Amino acid sequence: MSGSQVSGSQVSGSPHGSGDPGRAPVGRDEPGTGATSARSAPPAVEGAPGGRASSAPLLGGDTEPTLFELSRPGRRAWQLPTTGVPALAIEDLVPASYRRDAPPPLAEVSERDLVAHFTRLSHRQFSVDLGAYPLGSCTMKYNPKVCDAVAALPGLAAVHPAAPARLVQGWLALLVELEEALCAVTGMAAATLQPAAGAAGELTGLLMMRAWHQAQGRQRRTVVIPDSAHGTNPASVTLGGYDTVTVPTDPSGGVDLAALRRVLDEDVAGIMLTNPNTLGLFERDIEAVAGAVHDVGGLLYYDGANLNAIMGVVRPGDMGFDIVHLNLHKTFATPHGGGGPGAGPLAVTAALAPFLPGPRPVRTAGGPGDAPGGIRDPGSARYGWEQPERSIGRVHSWHGNALVLARALTYTLVHGADGLRQVAQLAVLNANWLRARLAGVFDVPFDRPCMHECVVSAAGLRREHGLRASDVAKALLDEGFHAPTVSFPLIVDDALMFEPTETESVQTLEALAQACERVVAEAATPGGPERIGNAPARTPVRRVDEARAARHLIPVADSVSGRPSPPTG
Amino acid sequence: MPGYWPHTGDDVEAMLAFLGLGSLDDLFAAVPDSLRLAAPLDLAAGVPEPDAAAHIDDLAAANRPVGRELVCFAGGGAYDHYLPPVTAALAGRSEFVTSYTPYQAEVAQGVLQAVFEFQTLLAHLAGVEIANASLYDGAAAVVEAVNLAVGVTGREDVWLSRGVNPSWRQVLGTLATGPGHRLVDVPLAGGLTRWPDAGGSPPPAALVVGYPNYLGCIEDLAAARAACDETGALLVVAFDPIAAGVLRSPGSWGADVVVGEGQALGLPLAFGGPYLGLFACRAAHVRRLPGRLVGQTVDADGRRAYVTTLRTREQDIRRERATSNVCTNQTLMAVTAAIQLGWLGPGGLAEVAMRCAQGTRYCRDAMLALDGVEPLADAPVVREFAVRLPADAATVVDRLADDGFLAGIALGPEYAGNGDGLLVAVTEKRTLREIDALVAAVDKAVR
Repeated sequence: MSGSQVSGSQVSGSPHGSGDPGRAPVGRDEPGTGATSARSAPPAVEGAPGGRASSAPLLGGDTEPTLFELSRPGRRAWQLPTTGVPALAIEDLVPASYRRDAPPPLAEVSERDLVAHFTRLSHRQFSVDLGAYPLGSCTMKYNPKVCDAVAALPGLAAVHPAAPARLVQGWLALLVELEEALCAVTGMAAATLQPAAGAAGELTGLLMMRAWHQAQGRQRRTVVIPDSAHGTNPASVTLGGYDTVTVPTDPSGGVDLAALRRVLDEDVAGIMLTNPNTLGLFERDIEAVAGAVHDVGGLLYYDGANLNAIMGVVRPGDMGFDIVHLNLHKTFATPHGGGGPGAGPLAVTAALAPFLPGPRPVRTAGGPGDAPGGIRDPGSARYGWEQPERSIGRVHSWHGNALVLARALTYTLVHGADGLRQVAQLAVLNANWLRARLAGVFDVPFDRPCMHECVVSAAGLRREHGLRASDVAKALLDEGFHAPTVSFPLIVDDALMFEPTETESVQTLEALAQACERVVAEAATPGGPERIGNAPARTPVRRVDEARAARHLIPVADSVSGRPSPPTG
Repeated sequence: MPGYWPHTGDDVEAMLAFLGLGSLDDLFAAVPDSLRLAAPLDLAAGVPEPDAAAHIDDLAAANRPVGRELVCFAGGGAYDHYLPPVTAALAGRSEFVTSYTPYQAEVAQGVLQAVFEFQTLLAHLAGVEIANASLYDGAAAVVEAVNLAVGVTGREDVWLSRGVNPSWRQVLGTLATGPGHRLVDVPLAGGLTRWPDAGGSPPPAALVVGYPNYLGCIEDLAAARAACDETGALLVVAFDPIAAGVLRSPGSWGADVVVGEGQALGLPLAFGGPYLGLFACRAAHVRRLPGRLVGQTVDADGRRAYVTTLRTREQDIRRERATSNVCTNQTLMAVTAAIQLGWLGPGGLAEVAMRCAQGTRYCRDAMLALDGVEPLADAPVVREFAVRLPADAATVVDRLADDGFLAGIALGPEYAGNGDGLLVAVTEKRTLREIDALVAAVDKAVR
């Protein structure tokens, strides 16, 4: 296999070579040579760059008052329907001891002011719709508008979650269809759609791991996690009632297999891995890892944060994973909503299926047919709810973030088997192109081809100019791009993690690379480091004082005057 | 092939050439041959988006949404309130919809300020000093509150009122198995929680109570607070943000943590999600606050700005020592709730709560006037009530769907042993005519 790999020397044969083909792989202990290697002309990419929020002035530069500052006594926006219900007085409805003495202290604004306020706030917000958002590990791809449209269908959006099953056959069919699709993508046997986010999926998976071990009549105490893992992994392990055992990363960026073997024993419940890992690298030894963990009776948990890299190419189930969560707000383009809602469905092997959260949507009669277009026809099937035999119980108030799930199914139908594979291929193509293009701009630790994201290091800028990765990130905001993820993974000094996703064009990637080059070049000019250290200058606010926010905590506004309330805590 | 990528065949070729690769498959050289899929995924081929949308539309048509054809009297944590077009229009702006967690504050002031305003509105409603940026749903908020109380007190027992939404209690039961909390089931009497004597068992970390509770009854929070003072437990109140328009705030009763489900604040029923987990608490617990918190600060020019703060509490920094694993939350729902509360204002929220109470009173009285219909609880209610029917409640709900009503939620055996309990919610949308028609239909169905 290794003969066909894209090695550093092959990349350097490109028009934008990163230097000496014979140079050693760069690990975290050995600062890269990329930034200092000879620069050559970038590849010729013609056409207009897209994905840049060049309309910076549109991102309003004036401070927007709070809703409370806009408030004037007696103003209102609300209007309620006429019902004819007898208008009893509050005294006749609620016993005096329970009654509020005054209306709740909220803001009083007109509808017009309300619209202007939130519209102006929206102008102070970067988004995927506005420009490229190469935030590593977050898969900020374009969110198709058709998904917004289906999520607004009254037949989905106006359905009560407690309605009897015969009234919600469409929703049940949708959930079953999505479960089956996610099982196909992951190579798993059964799934739950209840977890509302990736971290909720993780905890659900760990509790299933626990229940499964208990069913085998054994108690295990630890879960193994690589040092490159997302922070939710160890936090979930703790909440799952386990202790975390950390294994280091080897010089090539994978799990240190020897170190792993040393920590594996009869106390290990399982291991949590992302593959590709948070360095954007595929764990080449995954079969050996799986074998070693299974040999001690442990289970393999797949953190699906990086699934976008491998859809249709390889399935977690085939790698030996037993439990897989997916982040539908990443891989399946249901938007992220400024921090949520997400959806973190969990798919498992047949052996673990009896432990899934319940109730589960199931097909109770009939089977799916195939419509002419190839989409499944729900016509003949009937659906209901079922509690798995040894279910760990509910993990959501209702059935999960249902409208997010409807968006994800729509995305899956549009792409199909072929399209999802193409998504992965182009996401990996974009990331590798950007990685190769940036190889002469920043240090590139772990010098091997990446998957859907690439991690570079700004440590050179720190050594030479005293700048940190976060400074580069802020300077990129001035260039009209959202910043990459900074200072993660923790094992790379001054990490910048770029995940361009498949929906950005090569012109956009080139523009992003040129922006990076301008920042690096600026750092070498007189006064440059200071300017970069003070960036951004073109954004709605300039650099925000995070330390002050924590030191003089102001978590709520004063409702009357708009003045901040006294510091609390 | 349909898709949303911009790459032309020429683009792909040129990009591969730049990488010195011959094909897209070469990108995956690190994936062992033995693992790579030899065949396509077991999924249908992709279809144009109109076809996909038509399929989803077919599924939607197989549901019975609430509306003219199915007048909604079901609640239980999911309510059919009036949704003003302005809320959806503003919350649907793609700047809010298609942004990520505000890690780069300088380009995320929109979401940050909206969440800051949400935190303020929620803290005021709850009557405590601080609120976080949201959790997944009501159940998740209860779980996090219990985890906080256990952390604060170092105790394992939790007194959990049976008046807390049963689904939320089930979720708590599931997630408590990890940290090993002991949940003590505290039953209701006459619709209200009867707390155990303090001396009879180990002192609890928390008392968890609904306000109003699942049966719609207004719990005696003074009694709950007294029990907390006696035992040194934290008072966790699961409140209803609409009922808060007329009820004294949980904070005014001495609640330490106030949680709840925020769906009623401008979110559609949506088959149960995405909803909004509400979490507010005393400032003393800010270092244990789960999830994100937005704080006000200044930028380099001294202008007011907002940023996520006290980040060292969070999982990405504290890792295995974190007290919560929440990362992605329900920010867009929090923004929606802020807009909805802005639209309602103090007068509108009070009026919605009043009208819910008026409709609930009228409907309850009319239902209880029917032969054989008895109250399940006598305590005062605000927006929801429970009755015993002279028939199986699930059967009645099922039958009334054919008459055009979602008549309520059939209560489980822990509330009504023989399945005759019905939980009915009346929002400000329900007209006199609809209520009269429901009562007539129930009368017919139970006879």
